Amino acid sequence: MTQPTATCPNCGAKIVFKWSSSVQTVCDYCKSVLVRTDIDLQVLGKVGDLPPDISPIQINAAGVYRNKSFVVIGRILYEYDQGGWNEWHLMMNDGGSGWLSDAQEEYGVSFSSKPSAGQALPGESQLEVGRELTWDGTTYTLSVITQAYFRGVEGELPFKFWDKSDMVFADLRSSSRKFATLDYSDAEPALYLGEFVEFEDLKLKNLRKFEGWS
Amino acid sequence: MNPQPPPVGGPKPRVSGLNCPNCGGSITLRALGQASSVVCEGCGSILDAKDPKLQIIQTFHRIVSSDPPLIPLGTRGKIRGTDYEVIGFERRTITVDLVEYHWHEYILFNPYKGFRYLTEYQGHWNDISICKELPSMSSSFNISPRVNYLGESYQHFQSADANTDFVLGEFPWQVRVGERASVTDYVHPPRVLSGEKMAGEVTWSIGEYIPGRDVWKAFNLPGSPPAAIGVYENEPSPFRANLKAVWIGFAALAFGLLVMMIGFDVFAMNSSVFQGAYRFTSGYPRAEASFVTNTFELGGRPSNVEVTTSTDLQNNWIYLNYALINQDTGQAWDFGREVSFYSGYDSDGSWTEGSRNAAIVVPSVPPGQYYLRIEPEADTVHPPVTYTVEVRRDVPVSSFYGIGFLALLIPAILITWRSASFEKSRWSESDHPHSPIIPEGS
Repeated sequence: MTQPTATCPNCGAKIVFKWSSSVQTVCDYCKSVLVRTDIDLQVLGKVGDLPPDISPIQINAAGVYRNKSFVVIGRILYEYDQGGWNEWHLMMNDGGSGWLSDAQEEYGVSFSSKPSAGQALPGESQLEVGRELTWDGTTYTLSVITQAYFRGVEGELPFKFWDKSDMVFADLRSSSRKFATLDYSDAEPALYLGEFVEFEDLKLKNLRKFEGWS
Repeated sequence: MNPQPPPVGGPKPRVSGLNCPNCGGSITLRALGQASSVVCEGCGSILDAKDPKLQIIQTFHRIVSSDPPLIPLGTRGKIRGTDYEVIGFERRTITVDLVEYHWHEYILFNPYKGFRYLTEYQGHWNDISICKELPSMSSSFNISPRVNYLGESYQHFQSADANTDFVLGEFPWQVRVGERASVTDYVHPPRVLSGEKMAGEVTWSIGEYIPGRDVWKAFNLPGSPPAAIGVYENEPSPFRANLKAVWIGFAALAFGLLVMMIGFDVFAMNSSVFQGAYRFTSGYPRAEASFVTNTFELGGRPSNVEVTTSTDLQNNWIYLNYALINQDTGQAWDFGREVSFYSGYDSDGSWTEGSRNAAIVVPSVPPGQYYLRIEPEADTVHPPVTYTVEVRRDVPVSSFYGIGFLALLIPAILITWRSASFEKSRWSESDHPHSPIIPEGS
């Protein structure tokens, strides 16, 4: 596996990309957020300390989803008025990229998806709780619209993501474990299709240890 | 591949000590930052657990409750193989016809598996988790008579507005005393599916009934759980499993009986061993009325003997005294039967009463040479009666099977009745006290 390397333009530390398609990473030493412009890195800014960690997942945790192994290589932490959640960026063993969301330890694995040709995603103003949308033959019901805030990033991400605020997410659920997320953090809405999973089914390794718990 | 370990681990999450900004009392956070709100154990104020400064959400000055949790906060137990710690407790109240009903919710936490809930109402417990799948409603209204969840049909039980009137510990949402939610319960014992609507958002949860003693065992609690009062909405019927078994058993035994009946019917010898035709005339001297038949052979194993009398009676009667006598041992079976037949015509049309024929079955007659002694009786003056007597060996008898069938039916009916009264108690507490006693899918 090719692992592009570079040096941090801010502190000079060696930056190793675990995933060749990563666009953004955070320097482990100086916490600068770095964006790849091919192999030169550009400093976007600096992340502050993340809040005291609460998720059992961490960078370098490894697991299995649908017989594909993955490693956690990045993270976006969001906040909303009732709490926060993590989107862990997964490097799948087939070279793809996925997301493991952890909202109060309710876990879901999702992948960036495109609606079938000719099908447009609803605009932000068209969102309405209870609205039904169908992708890949599954009907999803819009269950909640969340106004979220960017709280922090860690590790490698497949896109440039820095210092965003006021993002709208629409969560859609189905009568099976499948779920969908519409992400309005960019000009164009983005669709993620995924599935809720049981913690034990992910067979996670390299988890955080919590004192007094096994 | 050379994975880099994270160079700096975050602070190790553990139980942390903080102080209440209202009363200064110490606050213990057990849910490692996953809780959204925490209640001060000193003054009862609700604090924002996400905020390092524990901003006050709701201020109280002292904890007033005569209703402490049955499982103390901080107690750990094992539910479905996973360790959970009790981190929060709330009391919720619904009011129906001016009567308040309280139930208690315990918030359980595991840092890997997240939150789970236990509810208790009058000694009835439920193990509850948040649904990952959306139930499908059979109607687009808020309350649907039936809801489908994971292939099972749930029946609407009750809808009510629940008010949170006492809180303790930590919550995964920003709890407030006075918080109201409209709660709709659908049941498929032993499961209950609940939709809680708060601020326009519906959260679905799925619960399963667990006996109090299992909760006591899971959390290693001293003493014994409070006794369960009445029948709870999703309490599994103790008769339901029996009901099925008893009817299956009944069907199997009834089928067995039927097979036996058909078998005996087919394999019974049912052979005619004697036939005789006689005439009984008026004025026959009484003493001479009695006579004996020729001998006949009853073969095979000891089995029954049927004696059939066929007459040509018309508006008359005859009484026949029989004795079946073993020629070798002299053993006798005495029996008698009145045969009478009347018919006529009146304003309602023609009528008949009685029968011209009669059959008597004598059970367990050993094989051997036998003869009949017959003694007819009638009115002193009567028209002549012609009758035939037939003796059949080993005839099929169905009345025995009828008794057996009833003996099997009685326990089945009894259990069905008990099951129905259990369901009646269950539904008497619902919004549908007169709904079908045995719900669909039973």
